[in-house]
This record gives sequence, structure tokens and C-alpha cells, in this order.
Amino acid sequence: MTDLPDTPMLDQLEDGPWPSFVTDLKRLAESKAAVGQLLGQLERSYNKRWNYWTGTVLNLKGYGGGVLARYSDLKDEFPEVAQFHTVRVIEPSGYVYSTEALRELCDISEKHSAGIMQLHGMTGDILLLGSGNESTHAAGEELMEKGWDIGGSGGALRTLSCCIGPARCEMSCYDTMGLTKFLTDKFIGELHRPEFPYKFKFKLSGCANDCANAMMRSDMPLIGTWRDNIRIDQDRVAGFISVKGEQYVIDNVVSRCPTRCITLSGGRMEIDDDNCVHCMHCINVMHSALRPGDDRGVTILIGGKRSLKIGDMFASLLVPFMKMQTQEDWEELAALVRRIWEFWTEYALEHERVGEFIDRISMTSFLDGVGLEPDPQMVIAPRANSYIKFEEYSTPRMYGEPQKKPNVVDREVIGPEGDDS
Amino acid sequence: MAAPKMAPRNQGAPDFKKFLHPAMARNYGRWVDHAQIKPGVYKHIAESGEELFTVRAGSPRTLSVYKVREICDIADRYCEGHLRFTTRNSLEFLTTEEANIEPMIDEIENKLGMPVGGTGRSFSNIAHTQGWLHCNLPGTDAAGAVKAIMDVLFEEFKMDDLPQRLKISSSCCQINCGTHSDISVILQHHHPPKPDYEMITQCELPKVVGICPVAAIRPSRKSGRDSVEVVEEKCMYCGACHGQCPGLEIRDAETDTLAIWVGGKSANTRGGPSFMKLATFGLPNNPPRWPEVSDAVRKIVDAWKEGAHEFERVGEWIERIGWKNFFDLTGFEFTKYHIDSYRFARTTFNISSQARR
Repeated sequence: MTDLPDTPMLDQLEDGPWPSFVTDLKRLAESKAAVGQLLGQLERSYNKRWNYWTGTVLNLKGYGGGVLARYSDLKDEFPEVAQFHTVRVIEPSGYVYSTEALRELCDISEKHSAGIMQLHGMTGDILLLGSGNESTHAAGEELMEKGWDIGGSGGALRTLSCCIGPARCEMSCYDTMGLTKFLTDKFIGELHRPEFPYKFKFKLSGCANDCANAMMRSDMPLIGTWRDNIRIDQDRVAGFISVKGEQYVIDNVVSRCPTRCITLSGGRMEIDDDNCVHCMHCINVMHSALRPGDDRGVTILIGGKRSLKIGDMFASLLVPFMKMQTQEDWEELAALVRRIWEFWTEYALEHERVGEFIDRISMTSFLDGVGLEPDPQMVIAPRANSYIKFEEYSTPRMYGEPQKKPNVVDREVIGPEGDDS
Repeated sequence: MAAPKMAPRNQGAPDFKKFLHPAMARNYGRWVDHAQIKPGVYKHIAESGEELFTVRAGSPRTLSVYKVREICDIADRYCEGHLRFTTRNSLEFLTTEEANIEPMIDEIENKLGMPVGGTGRSFSNIAHTQGWLHCNLPGTDAAGAVKAIMDVLFEEFKMDDLPQRLKISSSCCQINCGTHSDISVILQHHHPPKPDYEMITQCELPKVVGICPVAAIRPSRKSGRDSVEVVEEKCMYCGACHGQCPGLEIRDAETDTLAIWVGGKSANTRGGPSFMKLATFGLPNNPPRWPEVSDAVRKIVDAWKEGAHEFERVGEWIERIGWKNFFDLTGFEFTKYHIDSYRFARTTFNISSQARR
């Protein structure tokens, strides 16, 4: 039992019906002196509207990422939190756990750090808070012994995350959980050691509903889709209409289709699948009657990121459809990822996310660099600007005669994916 | 202490298949339908006819090991020792026994103290950033403001009578780790960084110069040593340099304020994903409960609940009624600061004669 600091401001966060992290941490503080001092420092922050952590990176042997080091600026006053680091543990796909596994993490957290867990970090990783310089190594060692792995900080591949996918969702168009594990294992070196210009994030969603928040939170969203027809169960369509009424279906399904490809006549629903953009709205509303098609795969996008530093960017479409069913499909995706990483790491500026890189060098150059053909689905509309340098015709006069062929990177040179070992 | 013997073992991701609830493992990839049987409770139906019930509960994300063990106790009693978390940090308890649902809800709410809800057309758990608890850059503590907003919107979390799902996020600085949402609360800085020339000598100066998106940081010399200078007129107070070099202090406890952004959407449904846009700004950074923030959020939610059609997210509602009506309904003032003046500004202008009365 240690003396708890007075925390009149934090105490006010114990009021109200929503569960309070302050109450929970106070309970932990009764046996963990560091947590009491953490609350003391946090109270000071609330009082002064100021932060007292200095951040850096702590490298475990053989790792360049996976630990966020925090040193308290108030270490004389709160010596127990002088070193108060976070270990980033790679989470299981879809955030599924056995209680045995969670209890094992609890024991490691209690033994080697402050006993504070965050489930989960913004990227999806498991965060264990509050270890010191020595005990971080001990925590890492024990995590390794028990089969867990760490990684994902700095200019590295960050921990992947995905929706629950096929484990509990009828909408999922590919094995989000299996592919997440495959990519994590395949690129574990990139997770451990920061070798990129800046961070790179994948998020995997089984359908356009994007429960993994891939569109706005990852450099390379993988969104499940299909390319045959939406499967319609006309009996269930009729059943839905009889319960909700025809007007409801017109107002909330037919007229909300973004490409107006649904018609309703005589209680039957017809879908012009050639013009469907696979947005999922009609399936969401009438999920008993409508289901994604059978020829399933993913749409791959590129370049999403948040504000820092040139402003927010959504990912944009790169590959409209790719099968993602077999091991060969997964390897093909991994090969594309390697090509993108090779081009990006070679030519990007320091601290330049892949979206910012594309913005700077142009999507055209990016496609050339990674060896992808342009596709009309990549744009909302073709360019409206007439200043174009046609590579076939134009070249600066100082370089002599016009080029004979487009100045694209030779795909032969890039070749298939190299040996991983 | 023994010398650390760790070396990368390349173990990779844990094997999720070992962690799946047995009913998930049995029916992996073979689900056919679902239903929300009450707020906070889903039923998923497999091809085999097997049913899996999910009880969702809100969590503050930061958990003591005691709390996690109590969560495990409930999962051991009712869920065959399995559970999962959601992208927005909610808990999901899984069971194939319908009879488990009510006693489980009772324990989750009354013993664990976590509310059941957040499904369907409800307000789901707030995603927020690390803040003063453990970040090195924050200007505020998102966790506190979020706790207050969750208290204010508690009924909306428990029920599912909103026009469409509602997602809120909060970020402690403009790096915006908290991401885009229907409503988002983000701290803003208002001054160029204040250089601490002693600390700056410890930074990698080329990287500090290189990271500024508007080239406002130049190499220079101070007291005979290599250093940098800030061209204050160019600076847009983004704080990128502060992350690279703590000697360029961007925060200011006296002048930092909070802004509220609306209309962000990640789902590709209907009109597709959308950025959030500035609704109001200049709210005080007012711990411990930031009442001005939750008041403003409440205002937006009430106007949306009142005016939105079924299935309209906040951004889609505003798109239909127009920003003029949004500002009229919420009472927020439209100012010159709402007109984009940065990159791509023109893409946000109205290039038609279409205007509302």
C-alpha cells in the first residue's frame, strides 16, 4: 500500500456513467507505486495544461522498433515513473483472444511493467505501459519465450489490423484474418527494424463497410469486394417489402444507391451489376435478402494518412480487383507490396509517407515506378488541365532528339520478389 | 540483472486460430446472416444453422490488469474462455447460449461497470489518442474530454435510435492520430514553435529543416554552433518540427484551443469516404472535463438526430441540407477561417450558381 497523491482534478473524471480510467488506475495504484506517481504527474498535467514526458526510442537487442521510451521530466518528484516505457505487442488478427492468452499478457504486464494495458493502440497493437530500461528487456524476453512478438514503431511497417472478417461476418469477401497473419509473418523484418522513409500501415477490411477503418487510417487499405453479381433472394426481398413497405425500400435502398442501379417492380428487385460500385449499402439494409457475389477478392488502395504534415489524405484506388483466395494470390500481393516499398524507399524524402510521395512525384510516375498500368477506375475523371508532357514526343531541347519510347521503369529489371530469408 | 539475450526471433503474429471462439472456428467463412436482437446484442447465423450471440460493451481502452482479469472471468463463465475487441476498443463477449445473454449483461454492467451498447445505429466507443498519460507531444488529454463526451452521450451509446451510426474521435494535437470521424475534437496550436537553442543542438538538424512542409525552418548558427531559425510568417503551426526536435516547442498552455470537425466517414457506402470539415473552433482547453467541448458535440448530435433521414451519417445529412443550414441549426458562426486557404482549397469552393435561400 502506497500513499496516493491528491488528484482533485482527475477525481472529477470519476463522475458520470461511463467507466472511468481514473478509478481503474487508482485501484492499481494501491499495489503499484508507479501508477500512483503516474496519476500524480497526470494531475499536474491537468493543472498546468502541460505534458511532462520526453519521448525517444529504446532498442531491444536485435530490434529497432516495438518500444516507445518515455522519460519523466518530473523524475525528482515522481522517481517511480522516471522511466515509463510502452511495449508494442503484435495483436492476434481481429483482436480475438482466449482468456488464457489475455491472462498471460496480464501477468507479463504486472511482473515487468506498471500493469496498465491498452487494448488496443490506434494502430491495433497491444500496449503494455510502464516498464523501465531493464524491465523492458525482461518483458520483451518473456513475451518472446511465450510466443508473442513485438514491433511497429518509427519508420517501420506498423502492426497490421483487420476486421473480424470470416470469423463472424457474412459480408466478408476474403480471409482478412488469415491475410493479416500472412503479411505480418512475411514482413516481420520490416516490423522489427525501421528501414523505411517513414511509417507504413496496412489495414484490412472484408468489405466496403470498412470496419477496420482502413480508408482513412492506412497507407494501403485492402477492401474486400466481388466482381460477379449481387446474390438476390427474391422471396426474402418480397418478405422485406411486406414488413417494411415498398416506399421504405424505394426511399432507403433504391434511391440511396450511388449509381442508381437498382430497380423495383412487382415486388422483385433487379440490380444492374455492371454499374454497381460495390458500396454495400443495399446489402447492409437488406442483409437477409442480398449478399455479395461469389467471385470475390480485394480492391487495393494506396496513400492514406492523417494530417502530419501536408494535410489529410485518403488512400486512392490502385488495383480495382485482385483475387485473394489462394496462397499464390497472397504471394502476388506480397510481391506488389515489395515493388511499392522498393520504389518508395529508393526515391522518397525523409519522413515522407507513400501518399505524400505520390503527391510529389505524381501518380503517373508512381505507376511507372511500381509497374502498374493506368486504369480509368483510378480517377473520378480524366484531367481537365491541358499542360501535358507527352513522353512519346517531348523532351527538353537540351537533351537532343525526342525519345522513342515512354520513359518507364523496365518491368524486367524489377523482376519477381526476392528471397525472403 | 542478466544481460539481455534477446534477438529477433521473427515469431510474427500470434496464431489467431487458437484464440477463436469455438463457434467462430466451426463456422469460419460460413456465416449467412445476422440480426441485432436488442441494443448491444448481435446474433450471427451460420450455414449450419448455428447461432452465435455477441454482447458488446464500452471500454475506456486504458485498463488495469485487474480489470482485464475481471473481463476474462466473465468470458470464462459465459463464453467458453474467448472474447474479442473491436476496432474502436469495445469488448465483445461471445456465446452460443441465448440464456447466457441476460446474466452476462447484468455482470458486465453491474460488476464490471461497463455499459452494453454501441451496436447498429448507435453512438460507438470514441477513438482517442494517448494524451498526457503517455504521449510526448500532446497539447491536451483526449481521454478526459472523451470521458466527458461519453457521459453526455451515454444514452445514445445504450440505444440504437439514431439516424445512422455515429463515430466520434479526439486527438491531442494536429498530427491527428485519432483520425476522421462523424465528429472529431482536435487541439490546435496558434503560434510558431519557440526555439530552445540548447536543446536544438541535440537534434538532427537536416531532418528538422527537411520536415517542415512550408519550408519555414532554415539552417542558421546560434552562439557559434549549428542551429536552425524559424521564419514565423511562413509557419502554419502544424507541429511537425516538434515531433522531430523537442527543442522546437509548439505547445502553449495559455493559447492552445480545441476545434470541432464534422462529417468524416471511412465506409465506402453510398457517397464513399469523406473528410471531416471545420465546424467550430477556439474552444478552451479546459481540464478536467472540457464542458465547452461536450456542449458543442451535444448541439451537433441533437441537430443531426432531429433533421437527418434514416441512414444519413452526419456528413451526408449536412451535404443534403447544405452548410448554410448546418451553421443556422447549430448556431456556430461561419467565419473566414472556414474557407480553406491551404492546398486544394479550390476543390472545396462552390463552382456553381446553386445556393439555398
